[in-house]
Amino acid sequence: MKIDSHALQPEAGGHDAHDSAVHDSAAHGSLSSYLIGFGLSVVLTAIPFWLVMSGALGSKQLTALVVMLFAAVQIVVHMIYFLHMNTRSENGWTMMALIFTIIMVVIALTGSLWVMHNLTVNMMPVHDMSGMR
Amino acid sequence: MFDNPALIKAIFGRLTIESLPLHEPIVVGTFAVVALGGVALLGAVTYFRLWSYLWREWFTTVDHKRIGIMYMILGIVMLLRGFADAVMMRLQQAIAFNGSEGYLNAHHYDQIFTAHGVIMIFFVAMPLVTGLMNYVVPLQIGARDVSFPFLNNFSFWMTVGGAVLVMMSLFIGEFARTGWLAYPPLSNLGYSPDVGVDYYIWALQVAGVGTTLSGINLICTIVKLRAPGMTMMKMPVFTWTSLCTNILIVASFPVLTVVLALLALDRYVGTNFFTNDFGGNPMMYVNLIWIWGHPEVYILVLPAFGIFSEVTSTFSGKRLFGYTSMVYATVVITILSYLVWLHHFFTMGSGASVNSFFGITTMIISIPTGAKMFNWLFTMYRGRIRYELPMMWTIAFMLTFVIGGMTGVLLAVPPADFVLHNSLFLVAHFHNVIIGGVLFGLFAGIGYWFPKAFGFRLDPFWGKLSFWFWVSGFYLAFMPLYVLGLMGVTRRLRVFDDPSLQIWFVIAGIGAFLILLGIMSMLVQFAVSILRREELRDVTGDPWNARTLEWATSSPPPDYNFAFTPVVYDNDAWWDMKRRGYSRPLTGFKPIHMPSNTGTGVILAGLSTAMAFGLIWYIWWLAALSFVALLAVAIGHTFNYHRDYDIPADDVVRVEDARTRLLAAGARS
Repeated sequence: MKIDSHALQPEAGGHDAHDSAVHDSAAHGSLSSYLIGFGLSVVLTAIPFWLVMSGALGSKQLTALVVMLFAAVQIVVHMIYFLHMNTRSENGWTMMALIFTIIMVVIALTGSLWVMHNLTVNMMPVHDMSGMR
Repeated sequence: MFDNPALIKAIFGRLTIESLPLHEPIVVGTFAVVALGGVALLGAVTYFRLWSYLWREWFTTVDHKRIGIMYMILGIVMLLRGFADAVMMRLQQAIAFNGSEGYLNAHHYDQIFTAHGVIMIFFVAMPLVTGLMNYVVPLQIGARDVSFPFLNNFSFWMTVGGAVLVMMSLFIGEFARTGWLAYPPLSNLGYSPDVGVDYYIWALQVAGVGTTLSGINLICTIVKLRAPGMTMMKMPVFTWTSLCTNILIVASFPVLTVVLALLALDRYVGTNFFTNDFGGNPMMYVNLIWIWGHPEVYILVLPAFGIFSEVTSTFSGKRLFGYTSMVYATVVITILSYLVWLHHFFTMGSGASVNSFFGITTMIISIPTGAKMFNWLFTMYRGRIRYELPMMWTIAFMLTFVIGGMTGVLLAVPPADFVLHNSLFLVAHFHNVIIGGVLFGLFAGIGYWFPKAFGFRLDPFWGKLSFWFWVSGFYLAFMPLYVLGLMGVTRRLRVFDDPSLQIWFVIAGIGAFLILLGIMSMLVQFAVSILRREELRDVTGDPWNARTLEWATSSPPPDYNFAFTPVVYDNDAWWDMKRRGYSRPLTGFKPIHMPSNTGTGVILAGLSTAMAFGLIWYIWWLAALSFVALLAVAIGHTFNYHRDYDIPADDVVRVEDARTRLLAAGARS
């Protein structure tokens, strides 16, 4: 009976939606893909730690930039190996949502940096006030 | 035991008997009235033995229709509170001249304008918009419910939790005195040491959880649960605008959550994100909160645009003109609304390049909005227009919103904004677009879908009375503010020196009084309609000869919405079905799989509210205890396996047969 009602209608209950998400698309990972993902995450975490602790790059700013770069790569690894995202899952809706998210994050971050940088250049820098006493 | 101050502090935090505003006669009077009304209401519910009915059928419901109705009730109740604040401000500003201090002290007045803004946006406009989307979207796409029915119930109760906190601040402690966005450094601990800003932060955080989750829920519903054949470009326009609104919610509310969390850290643990010293920067708060705040206004107005589209095409008896351009205009507005936030603070000093970029993007938004306006006009052109109430609201919107849009483009010019920033001109502008756009849209939507939800129409006489009071009251209340703003009067002032300004404030006060009559007429309209419901009854389920799927089922729709999921071939699916001579299936009903009610949402939201109360008053044991309980209940709920049931085929047959008899009786008379 349950199968009939499913064929007739899009599911009503959230619990069903979970089941169908499993059947629909996005293959579950294999043991090896999980292991690859795990290995990559460990390496991508270890390198930034080493960079900061050893100070191998010399410049603090450069180190911070490199750490952020590793963080970005880490996000991609998680999305592919743990969230099983690809261009086809959920009829491409996952990809669409991802692109939209990236656009929004980029707008918010670059916009804020641009706005605040201009403010600092144009106005008296706020944190120099302490030196004015 | 009770003379130990340390113990008292551990139990009650900073809550003392002095926290109760007993020295403010106005607040005490309000409290007396609210308490009496509340006791009367609770007494009536107890007397008529309604508690178990309300709990079983409403509070714990996962039915999107009932949750939608509860959202609408919440919005209307909070509208009364928010409007009471508005009337108090108008009265104060109308009399505080010639050395008079008015009747509100600064401490109270500052809370009132803050509470007015917060309540009207978060607890009036948002619940009403969410309520309509909740009710209508699943019906329009031919679904049985939303994707996550329990989450829907939980979202609603979180919104209620936020509203309860704001209402509580009226009588226990105080509300923020910072303006509705609580800019630091004023909202920092140094300048606002009291509980006001903490009430603000936690009320919005609790309600924000609900809003974000309901956004996710509705996106998922629209993407996954559309009836077979309903491709994206065959979705009703209201569903399209709802989709875009919920995408905006999901993308922007996390920014609000984060910025309020950072402000909370500044206030609770002494970080310096938004302080004046130690490297903090208050302007970062302004920047971040408007990254949420600008999309927020489109979150409110896009569904209203969708309502106007449905109403215009239904009451003009024509297919919507330029469906495709309408959809693209909506999508373009969705994206552009993320690129304009700086126009709220041109004056902060970012320089010409930044200001001109955001000025131009702001002006560009008026292009898709203008395209929509022309689409509605062309839909009406040569249509057979029926001037029912929803259509009247739509026409009032078109006239009013264009004025608001023009003053908006004026404010988008940075040099002009330097003159008008934080003036009453701005106040007039955003009331012009929010009342003229969002509120008129919601009223059109309420009038339009009320017969669907309750099976009878709203009384037109009191509706028209309300309409004329509202529209004339709006113009009388806000046109003077444009004039005052151009003369340089800034917002949020409590007393005035220049006696020549008084006449404008008196006119605005009269306008507010007319709006009061409009709201009262609307309440009378609901009462009269309920009393006259047999005369206003609609048995067809399609009283307006409408075009979209929600009108294909009965009014009110059965629990399962549609006995058989409709198959869609055309944009206006129900119109297409009627034209092709659709006949209701009368046999072959099957059991229908549905989600079960659960009280977990109420409990979780209640615990969240208790936790927020603990955090506000530094009652740490309460906050910790409710947090642990929150986790326990949430985990406990995952072990609840009784989440669904089947409506037996016999019940479906009974409901559908009843409808068949009603339809036959309706056809005979």
